[in-house]
Amino acid sequence: MNPYIVLGLLLMAVLAVGAWQQKKKARLYEISWGHQLRKTLTSRSFLLQMGGFVAFVVIWELTVKVFSLPWFNRLPGPWECLLEWLSPDPAYGISIYTEDYYTHIIYSTYRATTAFVLATLLGVPMGLLMGWSRKFYDYSFPLVELIRPIPPLAWVPLAILILPGDEPAVIFVTFLVAFFVTALNTLLGVESIDESFFRAARCLGADKRRLLFDVVLPGAMPFIFTGLQISMGAAWFSLVAGEMIAAQYGLGFLIWDSYSLIQYPVIVIGMATLGVIGWISSAAVRSVGRKLMAWRERELYGS
Amino acid sequence: MANNGNKNQQNQQKGELILENVNRVFRMPGAPACHALKNCSFTVPRGSLTVLVGPSGCGKSTLANIAAGYDHADSGKVLLDGKPVTGPGRDRIMVFQETALWPWMTVMKNATFGPTMLGGMNKSEAEDRAIALLDKVGLKDFRDKYPAQLSGGMQRRAELCRALVMSPKVMILDEPFRGLDVMTRELMQEYLLTLYRETGLTMLFITSEIEEALFLGDQILVMTNLPGTIKTTVEVDLPRPRDFSVLGTERYRQIKSEVMESLYEEGAKIFAKLDGAGDLLGSCRAGS
Repeated sequence: MNPYIVLGLLLMAVLAVGAWQQKKKARLYEISWGHQLRKTLTSRSFLLQMGGFVAFVVIWELTVKVFSLPWFNRLPGPWECLLEWLSPDPAYGISIYTEDYYTHIIYSTYRATTAFVLATLLGVPMGLLMGWSRKFYDYSFPLVELIRPIPPLAWVPLAILILPGDEPAVIFVTFLVAFFVTALNTLLGVESIDESFFRAARCLGADKRRLLFDVVLPGAMPFIFTGLQISMGAAWFSLVAGEMIAAQYGLGFLIWDSYSLIQYPVIVIGMATLGVIGWISSAAVRSVGRKLMAWRERELYGS
Repeated sequence: MANNGNKNQQNQQKGELILENVNRVFRMPGAPACHALKNCSFTVPRGSLTVLVGPSGCGKSTLANIAAGYDHADSGKVLLDGKPVTGPGRDRIMVFQETALWPWMTVMKNATFGPTMLGGMNKSEAEDRAIALLDKVGLKDFRDKYPAQLSGGMQRRAELCRALVMSPKVMILDEPFRGLDVMTRELMQEYLLTLYRETGLTMLFITSEIEEALFLGDQILVMTNLPGTIKTTVEVDLPRPRDFSVLGTERYRQIKSEVMESLYEEGAKIFAKLDGAGDLLGSCRAGS
């Protein structure tokens, strides 16, 4: 398939999603679809958003290709990269039609997800415990604060020594960053809970279990989810760094490998892919959070 | 379950709350020790609505916290039906200044939280009780809403229900209508009187507004400024049930002036203190 056709299909998909959302909005405000569409397309915020994208791509193309500025002239241009990405017969062997591309994505996603899930399963209880028990806080907080600032990459050699093979080492390094972010945000969440929420529970006779599950956990939930979004981002950045050092597959490896092999457009393809995946993963965390915290959404009463 | 003498059994027994020579001193680094309560003694009689009035910052909330068991007295006794109070408990329910409904629970979940605690009622029993109360304050149709979806007045009413559903021996209300607009506030006062009439619970109501105190109370305790102590007790013999027409009666005006006289003496003292010894109140409130 011709890359231009793919590009066309992608654009159409984006437009279809946009149109569908405008339709939903039009129904909400009870105005016609055309009216709503016009309103959005001419709104300041939409124009600025589009302006930002266009300016970025134009400046990129100008500096790299048109004026070919020193330092920039070795970089690939946006158009070149896009065509390579969508090409059925890519010059450097990586595009949406090649199996290798998906192998790298699957490896990275698998590692990031494993690390993120582990970090959440261990980090949330750790944070709750630290916020819940003064004793545990005193015991663990100074240690955490001392270990946390160690950059994830500094762990790579030890991780390789301790754990069997490169794979667990990369996951461990990714996990570590996400874990600290999650634990500390959960702790902050518990500390942010208004004292009167505890007082009310105590005078209503709550036992420890009810206090934990009905007051502490839901009260800390907004901070926990902020933490999870940050931890998702942190997981991706340390994963890519880890993959560059110690991995045979994955997007980080792909980017570094392409640099060594002077396949510059592939670097951009890898980076753009990371951008898209990162965006999707944090949107996913956000939407789960919104579902779990329906109580934060205001609506007109009586409805 | 029925035969082991369920200790959390809801009982309608009205409690009598007695404070005897309660003292409380707050010590903060870099500030003089603040004697918040000094030899505070009073009785909240069984089934009465006793109102505690005092200038803001005089230690009313400290007193409420001690009576509820969140804070301790440095010396003196707090007795509920003759037994000393040692901590928060289901027999003394507090209603807070700012709404303390849990925003993550629906109105119904909030109201049934207490009754369904370990050894309490089963869920449907608790819900029946809660619905009956919610109905009385006009919130029956809002039982599945979250607090954020309610207006300020509705939130306070839901909170009253959450407390009343426990049938506590004493209910402690610490300026519960503060921050509401005048109309809502008057409405809330009427709701409270209705609930008081129907449940007959012992209530200790704390406020800084004289009108509120007179409209609600059986007796008014006027609190002095720091160090806080009870200066006078004024019996309010206005007939019940009360509505806003009592505000126009001669007897109302008499009692009001009596309370105001002792209260303004206290108010004047604050300004004298502020002029002289710096922000004594500020340093004290930081410690409370």
